[in-house]
Amino acid sequence: MRTISLAGFLFAFWLVLSGHYTPMLVGAGLVSAILCALAARRMRVLDEEGHPIQLVVGALSYYPWLLWEIIKSAWAVTKVVLHPRLPISPTLTVVHASQKTAAARATYANSITLTPGTLTAGVSGDEFLVHALTREGALDLESGGMDRRVARFEGAA
Amino acid sequence: MALAIDIASGLLIAAGSFFILVGALALFRLPDVYTRAHGTSIIDTAGAGFLILGLMLQAGFTLVTLKLLFLLAISFFTLPVIGHALARAALHEKIAPKLAEDRRGRGRNSAGDGA
Repeated sequence: MRTISLAGFLFAFWLVLSGHYTPMLVGAGLVSAILCALAARRMRVLDEEGHPIQLVVGALSYYPWLLWEIIKSAWAVTKVVLHPRLPISPTLTVVHASQKTAAARATYANSITLTPGTLTAGVSGDEFLVHALTREGALDLESGGMDRRVARFEGAA
Repeated sequence: MALAIDIASGLLIAAGSFFILVGALALFRLPDVYTRAHGTSIIDTAGAGFLILGLMLQAGFTLVTLKLLFLLAISFFTLPVIGHALARAALHEKIAPKLAEDRRGRGRNSAGDGA
């Protein structure tokens, strides 16, 4: 099942990147997509971590939300940087990650880093060491809104 | 219609350029390696994002737009890894972050009840 899905994704990727739709090239793409998927299966990297199709449904609602968060916090950091007095209050904190799978936990850590103003500096088990540009950013993460959002994204599939 | 698209894409490209400028300025104004990493993340996300959105409007419904979308998606998966590796390496080298507050001891308890 995952093999078919991976082959499909790889073939779509080939089609987008190639842009030449002659039977020869499309056929070559199809063959190499299938071969790659079979190789991945034989290497046993085709699990819920290597090809997380179970997260696709949740991703449809999670990533638009994350984009909006990124725009909001980019604007907040921009205001801090352009402020004449540079009102930063760098804070190190520890936040708890309540996701069950590694893929979802990595998504949470990446989301923290991707959002301007907060940065995951270390991971140990289900606790992230986070550096925040301002105290507000750290408190915001500690309140766990994004954590719950990622947990829901994991559960939606 | 073409004019409207040109204006919209021009505004988006201008917004992207503005955020890149802010990010560059942040590198000069912020005091240490950890806070500067926050400055670059504006460039990575808001700067590159708005710029690519503007370019997508210029390209219209073509393969180029899809490729630009891939570019954005790939950078959104790889950039946080770089940021994380940088901060982790800095911590590993025992470069002390300039902190206004260290909540490592306290943050855990207040966040733990969200599970």
